[in-house]
Amino acid sequence: MKRYSAFAIAREAMRHHTGWNRAWRDAQPKPKYDVIIVGAGGHGLATAYYLGKNFGITNVAILEKGWLGGGNTGRNTTIIRSNYLQDPSAAIYEKSRSLYETMSQDLNYNVMFSPRGLIMLAQTHHEVRGYQRTAHANALQGVSTEFISPERVKELVPIINIDGPRYPVLGGLYQARGGTARHDAVAWGYARACSDMGMDVIQQCEVTAVRTEGGKVTGVDTTRGPINCDKLGGVVAGHSGHLCDMAGFRLPIESVALQALVSEPIKPCMDVVVMANTVHGYMSQSDKGEMVIGGGTDGYNNYTQRGSFHHIEETVRALIETFPMVSRLKMLRQWGGIVDVTGDRSPILSKTPVEGMFINCGWGTGGFKAIPGSGWAMAELMAKGQSPLTDEFSMHRFREGKFIDESVAAGVAH
Amino acid sequence: MLILTCPCCGVTGEETEFHAGGEAHLKRHGPGSTADQFEEYLFMRENPKGVHFERWRHVYGCGKWFHAARSTTTLEVYGTYAAQTHEPPKDLRDTISKKVPGWTWREFQ
Repeated sequence: MKRYSAFAIAREAMRHHTGWNRAWRDAQPKPKYDVIIVGAGGHGLATAYYLGKNFGITNVAILEKGWLGGGNTGRNTTIIRSNYLQDPSAAIYEKSRSLYETMSQDLNYNVMFSPRGLIMLAQTHHEVRGYQRTAHANALQGVSTEFISPERVKELVPIINIDGPRYPVLGGLYQARGGTARHDAVAWGYARACSDMGMDVIQQCEVTAVRTEGGKVTGVDTTRGPINCDKLGGVVAGHSGHLCDMAGFRLPIESVALQALVSEPIKPCMDVVVMANTVHGYMSQSDKGEMVIGGGTDGYNNYTQRGSFHHIEETVRALIETFPMVSRLKMLRQWGGIVDVTGDRSPILSKTPVEGMFINCGWGTGGFKAIPGSGWAMAELMAKGQSPLTDEFSMHRFREGKFIDESVAAGVAH
Repeated sequence: MLILTCPCCGVTGEETEFHAGGEAHLKRHGPGSTADQFEEYLFMRENPKGVHFERWRHVYGCGKWFHAARSTTTLEVYGTYAAQTHEPPKDLRDTISKKVPGWTWREFQ
């Protein structure tokens, strides 16, 4: 792999940029791999990357039915934070956030991590108490957050209206090292690093069946032929239920559409990420100047990667009170992704009833921030059969009633 | 946007008039059932990529619950029917079988 550097750019500038190589090989499937990861999104690629980097397992294929990073990795609002309430969540999300800090250097690929600060607005008294509780919990967990006053919110976000008649800003949970990153670059950077370690990233290769023998996984059938493996990792987000159905078991998961939209590009006006969970609107400004807006999920199961129009209307309507200037913006485009939501809004990183098959799913509406931490933990789980980061995230926790309840903690009107 | 017909009051409206209530025909087992069965009832979901049977409530209308059969891949609504039933009516199942090759109704575990 040729390293990217300032020197490389200068060198290529001298020869009409003819010396750049493909970032990753266009691999063809081999008959057998040690590990197959299904899903070449951020989480799947990160899992493969840390399998290679931390455990030396490089005979790995990453299968993708569409194109690399074309699922939720390319459809999110790129928010990175770790201000969760429960200890297991804080551990994995903070691990993830801290890995983002050095990801560009680790991968030699600029993922444009921008720890610009993130505020979750408290717009009801219930939220004020909830976020103060989270701030205290974060202090104990070693996650740096603070509860800030409305005046401080206004100072950080001059375009905000803190005296809204319906939902005034009563404070905010501020994480100074939260922020955003370039979502596609995260997938591309991992893919390049995986390919460089000798792994095969195979696109347009849909898994059509999971083959098992005596309760143990032996391989998968794909649209490009059967492939054998010793271990199988399912990292397919919204399609997890579908994949596990092939393997013969069910998950405590429902797939729903989550939408986002961006405005026309405007001059820089907001250099933090703001989340308003009561009204279900999130906003940040991209480097191109577009206001990136995320909304709520539809209430019904959906695999179509498009959502209901009225949800966009509700999201923007709610944001206009808090950000009056939004009313003057034209919206440029809108898209939807299929998110896999669990009962307690926490992910599943787990062994499954099929021996040798592992599942990493249930990240729901907040998967992007978790990509490196999720990959790190999933790789450890797959390589060693156990990881301190995933112990609490078993798919059997529902049976035991050991929820990691972030739906109440988020205070989001689900 | 989904267009649903409430089988209780007969009104046809778009989805903002209704509220989705999750998977239909979940079986709640009685006394003597196992922990597995209770977990199934509370958490495990079919979540199919295709034909889905679900509960809806006509919240901004007659307020009644009913069932709908819908495709999660095309968003086509195959039909709606009364909530007071343990499985979809036969004519609806036949309609879906005709439209979706290979689909058959199966008992939820």
